[in-house]
Amino acid sequence: MTTADDSRILEFDVRTEEMLINMGPQHPSTHGVLRVVLRTDGEIVFRAEPQIGYLHRCAEKIGENLSPRQWVPYTDRLDYLAGMNMNLGWALAVEKLLGLEVSEKVGHIRVLVAELGRIASHLVAMGTYGLDLGSFTPFLYAFREREKILNLFEDVCGARLTYSYMLPGGVMADLPPGWLEKCEQFLTELEPVIADYHALLTSNQIFIKRTAAIGVLSAEDAIGYGCSGPVLRGSGVDFDLRRDGELYCTRMYQGYTYQVIVRKDGHYPKDHDYPPVPPEAVIGDCWHRFYVRMLEVVQSIDLVRQGIERYRQAPGDCGVPVKMTQRLPKGEIYLETEAPKGQMGFHLISDGSAIPWRVRIRSSSFCNLSIVPILCQNCLIADVPAVIGSLDVVLGEIDR
Amino acid sequence: MAEFFVDRLSLSAPVGYTLAALIQCVLIVALIGVAALLFIWMERKISGRIQDRWGPNRVGGKFGWFQTLADGMKLLTKEDLAPKDAQVILFRLAPYVSFAASFSAYLALPFADGWVIAPMTMGLFFILAVLGLEVFGVILGGYASGSKWSLFGAIRQAAQVVSYEVPLAMCAVVPVFLCGTMDLVAIGEKQAGLFTNWLVFHDPFTFVIFWVYFTCTVASVNRSPFDLPEAESELVAGFLTEYSGLRWSFFFMAEYSSMLLVSGLAAILFFGGWNGPLPIFHCIGWAYQQSETTWRLTGYLANLAGCVNFLAKAVLGVTVMMWVRWTLPRLRIDQVITVCLKYCVPLAAICFVGALMWQTLAWPSPNDLVPVTPAGKAGVREQWVLQQAKNAGRENLVGVSGPATDMPVTDIVVRPLEQEGGEG
Repeated sequence: MTTADDSRILEFDVRTEEMLINMGPQHPSTHGVLRVVLRTDGEIVFRAEPQIGYLHRCAEKIGENLSPRQWVPYTDRLDYLAGMNMNLGWALAVEKLLGLEVSEKVGHIRVLVAELGRIASHLVAMGTYGLDLGSFTPFLYAFREREKILNLFEDVCGARLTYSYMLPGGVMADLPPGWLEKCEQFLTELEPVIADYHALLTSNQIFIKRTAAIGVLSAEDAIGYGCSGPVLRGSGVDFDLRRDGELYCTRMYQGYTYQVIVRKDGHYPKDHDYPPVPPEAVIGDCWHRFYVRMLEVVQSIDLVRQGIERYRQAPGDCGVPVKMTQRLPKGEIYLETEAPKGQMGFHLISDGSAIPWRVRIRSSSFCNLSIVPILCQNCLIADVPAVIGSLDVVLGEIDR
Repeated sequence: MAEFFVDRLSLSAPVGYTLAALIQCVLIVALIGVAALLFIWMERKISGRIQDRWGPNRVGGKFGWFQTLADGMKLLTKEDLAPKDAQVILFRLAPYVSFAASFSAYLALPFADGWVIAPMTMGLFFILAVLGLEVFGVILGGYASGSKWSLFGAIRQAAQVVSYEVPLAMCAVVPVFLCGTMDLVAIGEKQAGLFTNWLVFHDPFTFVIFWVYFTCTVASVNRSPFDLPEAESELVAGFLTEYSGLRWSFFFMAEYSSMLLVSGLAAILFFGGWNGPLPIFHCIGWAYQQSETTWRLTGYLANLAGCVNFLAKAVLGVTVMMWVRWTLPRLRIDQVITVCLKYCVPLAAICFVGALMWQTLAWPSPNDLVPVTPAGKAGVREQWVLQQAKNAGRENLVGVSGPATDMPVTDIVVRPLEQEGGEG
């Protein structure tokens, strides 16, 4: 037992002056315009405090001045790396308010496109995480595959980033002819390169050393801070809105076979071939969050495959989107969907006119970012980008 | 060269030496400068190919070979900026310190048999010492920038480079012991002949120690995965954060020239320097013999080929560094220090002892498979020592063991040359 008057302590407890340092908003590894205020002693970070608001565009207020159909393009710009999934969340929320039912075909199109969006988002997360850890090449590999997804999206709706494809009541247009074949072709191209990603990052020893047992988030903290998506599942909480959500969210996934990617009873679902969990990794650390994302890519490939088959046999049309002047019934709804980064919730209050009285967004990145001060306590400076990167936040969604 | 000016052109000694020094300075700056440009272009191309893209392919016609030069011109025309909080003089001075240290280390690097600007018996020591000065420029620059990120970069550099110099020196000293000299030309000469004579194949320990050496050099020239001082995702650009324009490019050039230098040093210490895998020029009798001092064309051509050989090996080393950079993630600072203290130093120490044991106990080594010259591998060394003894005015010695020529004659074990010759 050492006490304060132990002479050895003084010898080792050499403290320098505390340094206050701004990481961001112009910093290469804060994923946009995030500012993290670090209090450091040398390389050790005492406290990391995220400061947000540099990308605030009043999206919610704009939503209170436009009809739901008109506001769709603004949802593209929330999580700009997964615009399709943002569209989907808003479309489902408005449908819930209106009590709309969409055809089965629309449901399959939505699953197809949303899962492709998830793959694209996770690829970017994977690539930029490589950048955060100083490895450039996976980033380019990830973007190479993402480009192909964007090509598919371009064929569908003409846009590569801000799609506005999924509208309340349906989708903008049916899938163009030949698209399904292209999509299958892409999936066969994507599957083999995932092994490259695993070789370059997941099972790379330096990568494991940089991420395993770093930024460990307990399941209690994850739930307590409202974390969601891969961050929550990386901590071992078995929760996915595609399975556990409201009917409006889960209806389109009915009939699909998939497993929620989460570590249960000491192992992940053993559907696919992937590298083993290294012994250093602790559940809830950066490595597991990354790993969950990588496995979700494989899962999504599977879902898209199923979606293609079911779309081919699905009856119905591609839906009639609500009109811009459509009056909304009086009421208040809240709907969360499983976006790539977590649970994306839209809160909508209508006073009976065509324009919502209130629009509020519950963003997963916002909650996921709020645990940074906990995860970055007494870590090294190099761990700060490692932790923030593993949370995969998008500032467009946080600042709205 | 100075002798040429003084003796042949009968210039006065100071003028002759100054002229020679100037010419050599210009040569080295031009050569290394061009090499740095080439490496930057190469790095872009290699990273491009690794990352499944083209790399530069427009500027200057094919292959984008003009890209680096165009970028250099852009850097030249940029404003020479110093931050408000910077210690301006030190801030401006720092790039030159790095640059000068990195370039002047080439003084002792032989490019071929005897092709060395300043022949010195302590060549290796000189290179390691001067290369170690490069860190001063970085620390100075980081400290004088008046930026916290730069300061972090500088402190990291200090911690990293200083700790890696220990295993680096331990690795570099093994060839010195095996050859009995710090003269890089002599170390190169000792490895003449077939590639089995290269010191990396001397015994298992030297093979391992080469990789330790390579790891340490990657760390000491701040290449990924040890590029912490300029860790982009953590420290913005580390000590380079506040630099721009030409001053930034001076740091950049210093980095690339250090890469070439340590790779060249690896080529000499472990991979036979200018000696090719097959002793073609020795067989056809073009290469200079040990005792030869007069100039002849064939010897010059053999040396030229040796120079190409040496550069090829050095460039190969640089290429491997680039390959590593574009493949691996970056280590964390504590891991970098751990790698050094927990793995590199003990490994280097064990291999150091092992290699020396191998040499002392004269265990069989691939280096003994094929004799270097008619006099045998041992003969080279003997002849070199003999040469040194001759220079020291002791022509009466026929064979000595031990490199120290300044020792009293009584301390040197005298052996008849015939016994050694029989071995070859």
